[in-house]
Amino acid sequence: MDYFQLVTQGLAKHLGIDASEITLDTELMTLGVDSLDAAELLMSLEDAIGVEVETKKKIATTRDLVNAIEEAIQANQQ
Amino acid sequence: MNRRVVITGMGAVSPVGIGVDNFWNALLNGACGVGPITRFDPKDVKASLAAEVKDFDPTRYQDHKEALHTDRCAQFALAAALEAVEESQVLGTVEPERAAVYFGTGIGGFETTESNCRKLVERGARRVSPFFVPMMIANMPAGLLAIRFGFCGQAIPAVTACASGSHAIGEAVRAIRHGYADVIIAGGAEAPITEVGVAGFCSMKALSFATDVNLASLPFDNRRAGFVIGEGAGALVLEEYDRAKARGAKIYAELVGYGTSCDAYHMTAPKPDGTGAASAVRQALNEAQYTADDRVYINAHGTGTRLNDLAETLAIKSVLGDKAYDVAISSTKASTGHMLGAAGAVELIACVCALRDKVAPPTINLLEPDPECDLNYTPVCKREAEFDLAISNSFGFGGHNACVAVRLCE
Repeated sequence: MDYFQLVTQGLAKHLGIDASEITLDTELMTLGVDSLDAAELLMSLEDAIGVEVETKKKIATTRDLVNAIEEAIQANQQ
Repeated sequence: MNRRVVITGMGAVSPVGIGVDNFWNALLNGACGVGPITRFDPKDVKASLAAEVKDFDPTRYQDHKEALHTDRCAQFALAAALEAVEESQVLGTVEPERAAVYFGTGIGGFETTESNCRKLVERGARRVSPFFVPMMIANMPAGLLAIRFGFCGQAIPAVTACASGSHAIGEAVRAIRHGYADVIIAGGAEAPITEVGVAGFCSMKALSFATDVNLASLPFDNRRAGFVIGEGAGALVLEEYDRAKARGAKIYAELVGYGTSCDAYHMTAPKPDGTGAASAVRQALNEAQYTADDRVYINAHGTGTRLNDLAETLAIKSVLGDKAYDVAISSTKASTGHMLGAAGAVELIACVCALRDKVAPPTINLLEPDPECDLNYTPVCKREAEFDLAISNSFGFGGHNACVAVRLCE
């Protein structure tokens, strides 16, 4: 699964913007994503991947979200 | 300090139209906003009709993301407030700390509560939205309006069930009158047409189970069998008179009286002799310096429950005496259904329009008057007449009574 695509599509739907506007380095804050938005987005991503994402790391960019998902999936497979 | 308070903007979202002009013209034309429930599948509830707001698009008032995170109740509040504020042209004329929001709702984000309870039961606690609490709490319409308009004075919700809108407006009048604010957005909003909401009102036997849209919301009519649940919002920009005059604002009317009381009697039933309601009406009329020469229009609470209609009729008689038979009364809930916490605000707008246009809106479908409700409820058709004073009555579960009085501004 392409987690970057999954995240950008989730963000685009959440924000009502075009997915092509989002890169790995996009600061979520610049898109107007606050901590509640991030929590809601993670929830919808968990639904999509079927794994719980628990992260203590700060989620600042799209890349941070993708990494959090990949780590959760790896942890789940171990 | 006893300053005068005037209305300089009005906004409405109602089951008979969005926007004050659409709402008011629909009332005068005898429109009925009642129709089949579409907000949810009503197969499991006894009521099949509701007065829903039609063709409401929240993204006309908010961006996509904010709309997703705003309950329908607060969306209505925002739409009504934007119309009122635009009309008033007040933005930029007032210090943020002197601008306030008094906005009521009986319940708050009912749809949000229901959908998240479903998520909790069906999918577990981890699927309850991080926006559940902020979208559901009953103060959020007031909070969101303060954010949108940058009003940094007090932002206070009134939560008195079906009197919420009237209490918000009345308390706002006092706040301006006594110098706590110069400009206030006041009103009420409600979006209660949810499965659990309708089921609850059905279980109380408060709702009509009629299936014919013209035989459902029947205030003061012998055929009535409960109210029809409605939704929407009403918003008013209230302003201290001298500043409104100084900036050349259009002044719709002056808020000249407010009365409030509690039945202290029963959770849901009004006091049968109407003395609680009468107290609120009497206070509002006294404050408005009512005299027997005043030609009065009363927008009744008039829900179409037998208990309300009888108690309210008794209340009007006890306050006005023989003159009760001369005043023009109507219940616009026959057209709009019962908009609960929004009702008082929208009905006060009807009062202002009635004064301005010299016409009482009708109580549509009132063809078989209850013999015990023997006042002039303006049945079926509007009636043209000049009024000096108009009052809006609102009575809520909990025994909360409120009455707001308006006159055209001299």
